[in-house]
Amino acid sequence: MKVGLFIPCYVDQFYPKVGIATLQLLEKFGCEVGYPANQTCCGQPMANSGYEHLTHDCNRLFVQNFADFDYIVGPSGSCVLHIKEHLHTEGEGEAKATHIRQRVYELTEFLTDVLKVENLSAHFPYRVGLHQSCHGQRGLHLSQMSELVAPAFSKPEKLLRMVDGIELVQLTRRDECCGFGGTFCVAEEAVSARMGVDRIDDHIKNGTQVLTGGDMSCLMHLEGIIRRRELPIKVMHIAEILTAN
Amino acid sequence: MNHSEAADKFNKDFDRTTWHDETLWWVRQKRDRAAFAIPEWEDLRNTASQIKHNVLSNLDTYLIEFEKNAKANGVTVHWAADAHEHNQIVLSILKEQGIQQIVKSKSMLTEECHLNPFLAENGVEVIDTDLGERIVQLADEPPSHIVMPCIHWKKEEIGVLFHKHLGTPEGCADPSTLTLAAREHLREKFLTRRVALTGVNFAVAETGEFVVCTNEGNADMGTHLADVHIACMGIEKIVPKRKHLGVFLRLLARSATGQPITTYSSHFAKPREGQQMHIVLVDNGRSRQLGREEFRNSLKCIRCGACMNTCPVYRRSGGHSYHNAVAGPIGSILAPNLDMTKNADLPFASTLCGSCSNVCPVKINIHEQLYSWRQVLTKSGHSPTAKTIGMKAMAAVLSSPSVYRFSGKIGRLTLSNTPFVVNNSLNPWYKQREMPEPPKESFGEWYKKNRK
Amino acid sequence: MSREKILAAVAKNKPTLTPLPDIQDFGNPYSDLVAQFTSVLTTIGGTVVEVRSWEEIQQYVQTHFAGRRMVTNLAPLADMAQQSWLTSDPHSLDDVGLAILQGQFAVAENSAVWVTEAEMGQRVTPFIAETLALVIQKSAILPKMHHAYAQIGAAEYGFGAFIAGPSKTADIEQSLVLGAHGPKSMVAFLID
Repeated sequence: MKVGLFIPCYVDQFYPKVGIATLQLLEKFGCEVGYPANQTCCGQPMANSGYEHLTHDCNRLFVQNFADFDYIVGPSGSCVLHIKEHLHTEGEGEAKATHIRQRVYELTEFLTDVLKVENLSAHFPYRVGLHQSCHGQRGLHLSQMSELVAPAFSKPEKLLRMVDGIELVQLTRRDECCGFGGTFCVAEEAVSARMGVDRIDDHIKNGTQVLTGGDMSCLMHLEGIIRRRELPIKVMHIAEILTAN
Repeated sequence: MNHSEAADKFNKDFDRTTWHDETLWWVRQKRDRAAFAIPEWEDLRNTASQIKHNVLSNLDTYLIEFEKNAKANGVTVHWAADAHEHNQIVLSILKEQGIQQIVKSKSMLTEECHLNPFLAENGVEVIDTDLGERIVQLADEPPSHIVMPCIHWKKEEIGVLFHKHLGTPEGCADPSTLTLAAREHLREKFLTRRVALTGVNFAVAETGEFVVCTNEGNADMGTHLADVHIACMGIEKIVPKRKHLGVFLRLLARSATGQPITTYSSHFAKPREGQQMHIVLVDNGRSRQLGREEFRNSLKCIRCGACMNTCPVYRRSGGHSYHNAVAGPIGSILAPNLDMTKNADLPFASTLCGSCSNVCPVKINIHEQLYSWRQVLTKSGHSPTAKTIGMKAMAAVLSSPSVYRFSGKIGRLTLSNTPFVVNNSLNPWYKQREMPEPPKESFGEWYKKNRK
Repeated sequence: MSREKILAAVAKNKPTLTPLPDIQDFGNPYSDLVAQFTSVLTTIGGTVVEVRSWEEIQQYVQTHFAGRRMVTNLAPLADMAQQSWLTSDPHSLDDVGLAILQGQFAVAENSAVWVTEAEMGQRVTPFIAETLALVIQKSAILPKMHHAYAQIGAAEYGFGAFIAGPSKTADIEQSLVLGAHGPKSMVAFLID
């Protein structure tokens, strides 16, 4: 199967190691991975700011880059959700856009649902706290949401439990938003930072050594606060833990 | 003051913000416990949402049916196109009675219409009888929450307020003592006021009756002792049949406070013998919202407040930061319909986390509507120019792979060009956060060297 | 006229008609309705007293409420209270210490009791009394609100209310206080 590797812009620019870990995971499970070199961004930063009408060129580019793959996989629930919900182009490109919307997967759901991964030879002997990013959780349903009267499940947690030596931390508020929110993080700086502080506090109180998640944007925000406050928590993307040895 | 400025001010007091957040989170947890005790909870939400959808799709017919049945019950029905007409109708009823003092139980509609200041200007004294509303009224503030109007007040502060206005002992902050003082103070009002105004939770087209829910019993104490009962309702409060109340009453209190039902669910059908009963049906923008396909579902709202209690932004910015009668996520999708210019900031006061939509008992897609309002507001020119310039620049960079790659290199050096950070020399990111350490190469550069 | 203007705007802007859903009653999950009712009412600050006869109610009232002004319209308790209150000015009920009224039926899931104007004597009675006592037949406890509205059916009333426990507020820092404006306590007499 041909998998298009969708590396969101901020991962490309700031967290190449997350891209590398994602690629390694997909290759490890036998995917034929292609990385379209001309990719930039899904367009979400503009769209969530009220400028979805400025995303036409991003959309066209995205369709050009990814239309020929069987699956499109990215290490970010938020960017994947944006593509799934908002990727449209004019004219004949729309059929390709539809194909992409139906075939785009966040990394952990691709591992559990499509590749049906049951074993990872990974080893990570730390207490790990999972941050449930909202777009992955409430948008892509990667995990059950605490508000709904429905059976519990969690795709990222299922994968983390396959890692040797790991100890998963139970949080007091298991799926509260971290406060990143795209441009919210600067437009509503006070609330954004406060939400991040509270999320980290929950992890510290419950003994997290390594804070992880499927969305590097949330993690970048949390890591930014952790580093400013010099707190004793390390931040890693889930792909890095799933490939740890 | 826009939302982010007000939120910034709110957050200056770290411990108080903690307290506010935890108080409301406690209510969210009570809601969770109540909901999880009902295995059919999600079915109920679906059913409620479908009933409300039917109501919206047949609202004119139901309004006429309701009016006919209410009139047959001996109730006088008034229609108000906007807030001003609503206020005028209430005033004219009072003038007809020669009344200058009334008691009022909770009604967010009258807050939306700014009835209290209007009546005050016209020489009518309004006593809000819900304890929380009385507290904010004594403090000359609007409610900060539609169900818990003074959730932002600490008991010590209420003690000071009551000492000043109700003569409670100085330094007394005991909730029981303060509540008893308010009980005695308001009992006198109930016994002496001849007109009582209430809101409406549900109005039944089939029977012409309407339901008012309270825990305190203040709506009942007011109306059953008054000569005239005026009930004010938005036109969207209709439910088709009496049996539909069973669905909504199961959802309302559980969603609002985690109670199995409010203490009183009072069904008013006919005036008491010798009493007058008036209903004011108010549009005030609702028919316009009904025509906005993306936003009409907001009219399903039953005003439980669950979206506020779960909203991580509301909990850390307070109800007043929304500068609208209805605060929080639901307020942020209702307010732009009332005034786009004044409320253009509100749909942006959200991370779009989606928790609001999940707790909503009538399944309003609140966070999706927040997203849609952002688009509508931006397209209709309600966005700051600087933001538009920044977004256009960002779109230009992201539309061209070569420009993107080039500015990425620069960006990693200067850290000033990340896509989510609007061009701004005083980048607020840095106030409380570091940027990531720039790697020596991008993933794209690494891939080129290592895979092809 | 605003009426026509509003109706026209609504007619113009409303979406395509969607059908009403069927309302299920979701069954009865409670093996013991009395126990469920008792558990909920106790949790929300009410008191449940199971009795076998009206004499037991009289005894309970004499033990717990002696000296208070009492009103009732229930024939078996007629000799305990005066009847003139039924036609007096409702404001004169301000000093009622105990009102004993019939509840038509109760709901197990939330301990709400359905009382209409006919049982209230005066509409204000269950709200103005310092203590409200409602007499409910044990066999008249229904599982859920759906069953309650099925029971009410198309009944006509001028006023009716579901009453669940004493009047209460938590407006001051979420601290629960019983007796906001209405009854400070509420007793449900469950009679065979």
